[in-house]
Amino acid sequence: MAAQHNPHAVRSAIWREEAEADNPFAARAAYCRGYDVYGEMLGRASWADMLFLLFMPEAPTPAQAGLLESLALALANPGPRDPAVHAAMSGGVCGSSAASSLMAALAVGAGQLAGAREVFNAVSGWSRCGTNLQAWRDWFAGPFELPGSVWPEPEHAPGFDPRGITTATPVKQTLTCLAAYAAGPYLPWLQQHRLQMETAAGRPLSLTGVAAAALADLGFGPEQSEMLYLLLRLPGAAAHALEQRALGYKKFPFGVVELEHGNGE
Amino acid sequence: MQEPDLPAAPLGVLKSRMGTFYPGSHVIFRGQDLHEDLKDLDWLALYLFGITGRRFDAAQLKLLNAIWTYTSYADARLWNNRVAALAGSSRSSGALGLAAALAVSEAAIYGGGILMRAIEFFIRALHETACGADLSDCVRRELELHRSIAGYGRPLVNGDERIQPLLKLAAELGLDRGPHLELALAVEIKLLHGRWRMKMNYAALVAALGADLGLDAAEFYLYMFPVFLAGMPPGYIEAGERPEGGLYAIPCDHIVYSGPARRNWPTANAEPGAST
Repeated sequence: MAAQHNPHAVRSAIWREEAEADNPFAARAAYCRGYDVYGEMLGRASWADMLFLLFMPEAPTPAQAGLLESLALALANPGPRDPAVHAAMSGGVCGSSAASSLMAALAVGAGQLAGAREVFNAVSGWSRCGTNLQAWRDWFAGPFELPGSVWPEPEHAPGFDPRGITTATPVKQTLTCLAAYAAGPYLPWLQQHRLQMETAAGRPLSLTGVAAAALADLGFGPEQSEMLYLLLRLPGAAAHALEQRALGYKKFPFGVVELEHGNGE
Repeated sequence: MQEPDLPAAPLGVLKSRMGTFYPGSHVIFRGQDLHEDLKDLDWLALYLFGITGRRFDAAQLKLLNAIWTYTSYADARLWNNRVAALAGSSRSSGALGLAAALAVSEAAIYGGGILMRAIEFFIRALHETACGADLSDCVRRELELHRSIAGYGRPLVNGDERIQPLLKLAAELGLDRGPHLELALAVEIKLLHGRWRMKMNYAALVAALGADLGLDAAEFYLYMFPVFLAGMPPGYIEAGERPEGGLYAIPCDHIVYSGPARRNWPTANAEPGAST
């Protein structure tokens, strides 16, 4: 049966393989969007090139690859105070499996507070509002989720810090660095209009908001941006999970619970 | 800008109305002593107590248990079950395979996503019709919002073998006369006779029954979380009994490729500020 008529075949516009002559299950060559991954990209292309190419039909321009590379560095480690990293450490500290620690980081880092669903919504905002400040003002009123969504409705404007007082220094540093790549219209516009956007949102810009603008500038849609944000924040979660595993649970904060109604005391 | 809502306290003292344990002494679960007050509850009753803070009677628990049982399919083709089975085939751990399979069950076309939409629609539509709205208008607005009514039609077939057994049990237990179920059946009639030609599926039925048992959308969502779990271990076990990698092994030529033809790699990276 020809592969294109085979109901058991996998369809892909991303990946093609040629089998070794002696084994249909071993790839002799693998092509990503037409590029020979092991024969030509390996040693020449960067991780950011490959990452971009997996999500987009064409290879990145130098500015796009540079922007993605720098975004990856900015997101690589939210630090041990971040809830997603905290979740990964909670796995690592008691010797849970490596995968479970990363699954914990993904689950906790998937939501509406500094998480991937916030990026999804913020990128949707760029798609809808672009560089129209009034459109953003209208959009910030919400709602952001349809009725019946498994996601809670955001409690703050996506891309802005509900606990911020002024714009955090790393947020401004990241925005300045990423906007300099001039890979798209949104980051430079955000840098010029940050104060107006923060006034409209009622909160200072967050790193999530910078990431969303960068991902939108790279041409990624909300779903692609959500995936990439999840992926790019995993390195720090992994490193901190391993670090706490070595330190052990006795050196990890446990705290105490006080029951509100005093029952059980 | 508004004043931010800063955390009340750093990691240290956690105020809770839900529970804690006192090592070597006792355990408080929603204000009850786990090993005294709750020790005779079966697991489902305790799970529901944890979600709702309420106790359910024997008939209600039988129906809620059956809702899980009747959709426990040990079929490794099903997308969520397949995750568990692939974990077995790839010699991953059972906990990882089952946890991932449960997470995958929160899907857009079946499972968690549909269940949440279904119960939210029924609760909203019942409220609106009680206030005088026409059900046809509720259905029309929902179709405009989501382009479908959650719980009607089915990804693979338009019909559901679980409906009649569960309706029969609900009738035997006297739990088939609630207003949400009546509304769900009325919606089915409208969709069957409209251009949609869709029958009610299990999601709509269990969402309606859950709402009639007093579960709100958030409670129903958490109650339904393990609904497919019992069907998952068999696939993990069987895949583990096969040769490693034996489940759904895909030869290279079974990737039907539709992307660009072979081409040469073009570019190098840029420094910040480089123009395109």
